[in-house]
Amino acid sequence: MKEKKFYPMYFIWPALIIYGLLCILPGIIGIYYSFTDWSSYSDKINFIGLENYKYIFTSGQDYTKYIYNTLMFTVVSNIVKIIPALFLALMLREGLKGQNFYRGVLYFPSVLPYLVIGLLFRSMLHPTTGVVNQVFGALNMDFLAQKWLTDPNFVWGSIFAVDAWRGIGYVMTIFIAGLQSIPESYYEAAKIDGAGYFSLLKHITLPMLMPSITINVVFGLTYGLKVFDIIYVLTNGGPGRMTEVVATGIFKEFSDGTYGIGSALSSILFVFMAVVGILIVGRMNEKKVEM
Amino acid sequence: MKSKKQLTTLAKHIVALFLCTLVIVPFIIILLNSFKTSKEAALMTLELPKQLLFENYATVIEKGKLAQSFVNSLIYAIVPCACVVIFCGMASFTLSRRITKLNKFIYMFMILGIFVPVNYLALIKIMKLFSIYGSRFGLILFYIANNIAFSIFIIYGFIHTVPREVDEAAIIDGANPLQLFFEVIFPLLKPVLVTAFILMFMNIWSDFMTPLYLINKTNLWPMNLAVYNFFGRERANWNLVFADIVLTALPVLIIYLIGQKQIISGLTSGAVKG
Repeated sequence: MKEKKFYPMYFIWPALIIYGLLCILPGIIGIYYSFTDWSSYSDKINFIGLENYKYIFTSGQDYTKYIYNTLMFTVVSNIVKIIPALFLALMLREGLKGQNFYRGVLYFPSVLPYLVIGLLFRSMLHPTTGVVNQVFGALNMDFLAQKWLTDPNFVWGSIFAVDAWRGIGYVMTIFIAGLQSIPESYYEAAKIDGAGYFSLLKHITLPMLMPSITINVVFGLTYGLKVFDIIYVLTNGGPGRMTEVVATGIFKEFSDGTYGIGSALSSILFVFMAVVGILIVGRMNEKKVEM
Repeated sequence: MKSKKQLTTLAKHIVALFLCTLVIVPFIIILLNSFKTSKEAALMTLELPKQLLFENYATVIEKGKLAQSFVNSLIYAIVPCACVVIFCGMASFTLSRRITKLNKFIYMFMILGIFVPVNYLALIKIMKLFSIYGSRFGLILFYIANNIAFSIFIIYGFIHTVPREVDEAAIIDGANPLQLFFEVIFPLLKPVLVTAFILMFMNIWSDFMTPLYLINKTNLWPMNLAVYNFFGRERANWNLVFADIVLTALPVLIIYLIGQKQIISGLTSGAVKG
């Protein structure tokens, strides 16, 4: 009785309605539009069944590459961020003078607008006037100077490097918080039993760090699969369409006015992420019940 | 033994300093070159400028229409943040105090938004239906929607730290639900609300994709789009581009320096509990 009165349902409505209407509903309507020939060229929208999906997967266009690139970006960008960040966190965990300064500086890039990062690195990686190639030139190592953002051999490497520059501090900060929640007494007890550094790492640190590892993987997964900004500002999908991902591909379809195909691409991502999300949220919920 | 430990510490400092240099040096290059002439800046060196050309900044602000877009960005960030903090505070309060099957489902449905991407094409269709596409109001409403999931996630986790006895005392004193929430609970949630506000503010300030889809009039552009457009026109003049970068990064830097503690605590409070 009392609960109903003092924790009213109308407290939930504003958030739920706005969120449902503008975040979830477009995804669901979008699935319907993905079965149509919706475009900017005609006012009529006709149902065409699976044609858009057929076109995406069998037309020999680059669409399958967008999907491959997105998955590849998700896997690689997370590996190159999470592993170094873990070592950094272990290093900056305790007792280093000035560690707060180090942490503050290393975290900073992850709050910068992508546009700033994009312009910054487009200038620094510029083939002729960029700082990076000039340094190589000054050191008489011209053979190392490359067209970082336009050479197919280097463009993904450059993207991953810039993405790591931006994101390592963020991942590291989550690890440090996880490390700080491990009671010191565990280590003391293990040390009395004669455990060495690697034994402590394997039997105490890593198992106790699982929640932070999980959260980093989960955030990394959603970031990678939805990636748009860093690609758009660094290469805009180029050279050619080599670094195009699903989100930038959808934007291209939007610019071209082929909304049906764009909706199909978007729906593939939507359904995939919804399934991943439901699995993760379900797991989180189970864990809370256990605790 | 002792000297080995000192050696490791020294090695740690060297690694940490090296990495910090990698972060800081690009900014120093940008800052220095933003005061140079176009010719000097094209060389992109660490040399000090021969004379400080503050007029680069004046040029950028005038030519790039930065004043207008700065105000736009402020509106697009502050209004949604304030609304989200209130709406999500209220929703999380009921959701976490009255745990029913339905409310559990609503909670999970809402944090699902952390994962699923928005279909902008269909979103535009819906916005046109309500005649809010391309307007300030439409963009603001979308920013509110898009930040609800993450805010519910971190606020919901925090509300448990406010004991139920607080509610009961207020109810005995004769508070109604609105008084209970806004006069008693809301102030107690301040730490997590401030954190949510700052995180959202920086996300919206950085967001590039949404205005590309939802805003088509140049006078409604946020700073990001104005700067990108300016870069497209003036890419030969690196000094101006750099001044532009400095001006875009400055607000974020200031907020970061002020709110660093909240940012990190907020980031990790949701994170460590998993």
